[in-house]
Amino acid sequence: MNEFLHQLLAGLATGGIYASVALALVMIYQATHHINFAQGEMAMFSTFIAWMFIQAGLPYWLAFAATVVVSFVLAAGIEFVVIRPMHRAPELSVVVVFIGLLVIFHSLAGWIFGYTIKPFPSPFPADAWFASPLMSAHEVGAIVVALLMVAMLFAFFRFTPLGLAMRAAAQNPASSRLVGIRVGRMLMLGWGLAGAIGAVAGMMVAPVVFLDPHMMTGVLLYAFAGALIGGIDNPVGAVLGGFLVGVLENLMGTYVVGTELKLSVALALIVGVLIVKPSGLLGKKIVTRV
Amino acid sequence: MNTTTSSLPMGAPAPAVSARRAMRWPWVLLAIALACGLLFVLKGYQLFQATMVLAYAIALLGLNMLTGYNGQISLGHGAFFALGAYAAGILMEHAGAPYWATVPAAAVVCLAVGYLFGRPALKLEGLYLALATFALGVAMPQLLKYKHLEAWTGGVQGIVLIKPDAPFGLPLTQDQWLYVFALGVTVVMFLIAHNLLSSGTGRAMRAIRDHAMAAEAMGVDNRHYKSMTFGVSAAFTGVGGALSAIAVQFVSPDSFTLFLSISLLVGIVVGGVGTLWGAFFGAIFIMFVPNLAEQVSKAAPWAVYGVVLIAIMFAMPGGVMGLLNKLRARA
Amino acid sequence: MTALLQVRGLHARYGNTRVLHGIDLDVAEGRVTALLGANGAGKTTTLRALCQFMAQTSGSIQLAGQELVGRSTEQIARLGVGHVPDGRGTFMGLSTEENLRLGAYSRGSREGMAQDMERIYGYFPRLRERASQQAGTLSGGEQQMLAIGRALMGRPRLLLLDEPSFGLAPLVVKDIFSIMRRINQEEKVSILLVEQNARLALELADTAYLLETGRVVLSGPSDDMKRNDAVRRAYLGE
Repeated sequence: MNEFLHQLLAGLATGGIYASVALALVMIYQATHHINFAQGEMAMFSTFIAWMFIQAGLPYWLAFAATVVVSFVLAAGIEFVVIRPMHRAPELSVVVVFIGLLVIFHSLAGWIFGYTIKPFPSPFPADAWFASPLMSAHEVGAIVVALLMVAMLFAFFRFTPLGLAMRAAAQNPASSRLVGIRVGRMLMLGWGLAGAIGAVAGMMVAPVVFLDPHMMTGVLLYAFAGALIGGIDNPVGAVLGGFLVGVLENLMGTYVVGTELKLSVALALIVGVLIVKPSGLLGKKIVTRV
Repeated sequence: MNTTTSSLPMGAPAPAVSARRAMRWPWVLLAIALACGLLFVLKGYQLFQATMVLAYAIALLGLNMLTGYNGQISLGHGAFFALGAYAAGILMEHAGAPYWATVPAAAVVCLAVGYLFGRPALKLEGLYLALATFALGVAMPQLLKYKHLEAWTGGVQGIVLIKPDAPFGLPLTQDQWLYVFALGVTVVMFLIAHNLLSSGTGRAMRAIRDHAMAAEAMGVDNRHYKSMTFGVSAAFTGVGGALSAIAVQFVSPDSFTLFLSISLLVGIVVGGVGTLWGAFFGAIFIMFVPNLAEQVSKAAPWAVYGVVLIAIMFAMPGGVMGLLNKLRARA
Repeated sequence: MTALLQVRGLHARYGNTRVLHGIDLDVAEGRVTALLGANGAGKTTTLRALCQFMAQTSGSIQLAGQELVGRSTEQIARLGVGHVPDGRGTFMGLSTEENLRLGAYSRGSREGMAQDMERIYGYFPRLRERASQQAGTLSGGEQQMLAIGRALMGRPRLLLLDEPSFGLAPLVVKDIFSIMRRINQEEKVSILLVEQNARLALELADTAYLLETGRVVLSGPSDDMKRNDAVRRAYLGE
């Protein structure tokens, strides 16, 4: 029983990472109705930027804040320079652009920072009061951070006029302009926020799996699955989905199939859930009358 | 009538013209003549590359049928490529089948698996279908390495195939014969695709892509057509896989990773979604551009590849065929 | 009575297709002005041109002395132009209430939001019942009401209505048109109404313009227009 609990909690810990990246995916989706396949690599790149700040001597939280700001600006810039010109292009062409971004970030990170694995510090001291034999301080901290982010995002989208405007701009840019919403700015804002969230996710992952360009490649898939299983238009769902996927992956890997096949099995289960609930567990069915 | 609509809006900016016009025979014959001409110009390794281009083109044809003409997205078609390749490998290694028989066999296997996958996957739209196919693409190499299937698949080491000789004592090298064989298969597959897409079936497929609800209201049985399209698309890709296996003389799980599925997607977009000829341009792209990128920059070849991808999408969002059609419209 | 909106020499095209060939038009302050014409006459294009939305335009559009040509659609909305587009333009995935709140986005400040919503619900009680319902599930008539309400939330000086009767049952249309009369009088908002249904439009409007293939061919007080033989034959079916 103890072993099971341990695996469950470890699953929750990795789930927290997936939840954070899933959140970033949902963020961009809510703002632009696109899935940013380059999200993982951008998060990894941001983490390298944080590493660079720390190497330069900045204290952790200052480096953290600086990285979040830089990531925000970088992501907003990418929306403006790369994605915006494609706004009239067919959906699949935009997907290919995302793939292009993915490989560029991955390759640039390797070229600039090298492929050797680097350690990355955790802001949560190992002997903190909330550490326990079942979960390390960092694991608890990462989960709390994920939950905090989702709470803030949820409140933002639901209760603020800006959040409402962003959702509107993604759903119906034409009508949004007619009510005075500057759609372009909303898109940039959405991307910037996603970049910032991704950076935080990366900085939570790196202490656990160590920093290298391949850090996020596996994570993206789980995050994507988590976002979908929770409902792609729902930040709470994304986080829930992320945790669910983390637990599922861990339990599958430990008890059922071992590490090689756990990915396939986890995904098969997720697809199974989706077939029963095609919009995800918490997703809203957008009903249209003919 | 209420439905869930969370699908990706699909399709090229203007309806693809190539399938609906009558087959433009002069161009087709010219293309075949040029292709035959290559036989005498290219040597050994280059012929192998040309054969691979043909194999990829058939695979892209398959994926395009699903995505371009029927509007369903697949991020996992590499799995069917792998299935076709392994079908060829297993039949040749364990059943002693002749190489030419493995091609139709691969088609049948992939048709069945594709249809069976398509049936439940129907319930999913857009992103959700993308995830399901993504899962398929990721799962395949892992399944191929699975130790309980090792007796058949050869596990991590894979299966070695034997390159066939030219039949009837024809004075062709192995590479030359294989190229000719692949060319023949390609022509056949293209003819099948063209006929299928110009027929009532093809119209039904496109109707589903453009407006599924309206199609259903007009009596198109969406479930059947969507699963059937999946099956046929898988069959085509499987044929490409089988050809590639024979050409490479080797199949192993690591040749068929997620990257292959993504390359196939890139291929149809660069070539032109919803077009038949686009398959060739896409195949040439995915075959040669990664190598070219490496020559430009040893340190960050994929960054170059990514930049090229984005540049191409900026310049021609409708792919090569999109650009050619636009130019032709202006002329 | 000064004209709130003054349009002079308005040309508009979509790509290479010219749609408007020099329109002159006035909307008097506090009045209802109708823009009539058959399908394809250019009525919707005129409204879009006024919002600098979708069409390329040249000419002059003055709103209380401010030139609109060259500004962005968002800026024009903020200047007090509320556009109820053809097809309603409903935010399908959002709730009724969220749709209304979005209408107030251009105002900048949120003071008076609650009172404004109350007033809108006063005009359209059905919307209050459906406040938290997903807007995509509303009927055509309800979505039209929602679209008008959304535009009103922006406290516009000028309300542009594009074919509000389109696709709606006659009783619903009557309802909406009578509410629009109330809105014109109580909110003191000037209205430019585009309608294919000339009879309804002429009953509501004070002045009317008749558009044919991108040109104004007739204009005047609606009483005169109602008595005009050409209008009666072509558009009133008499």
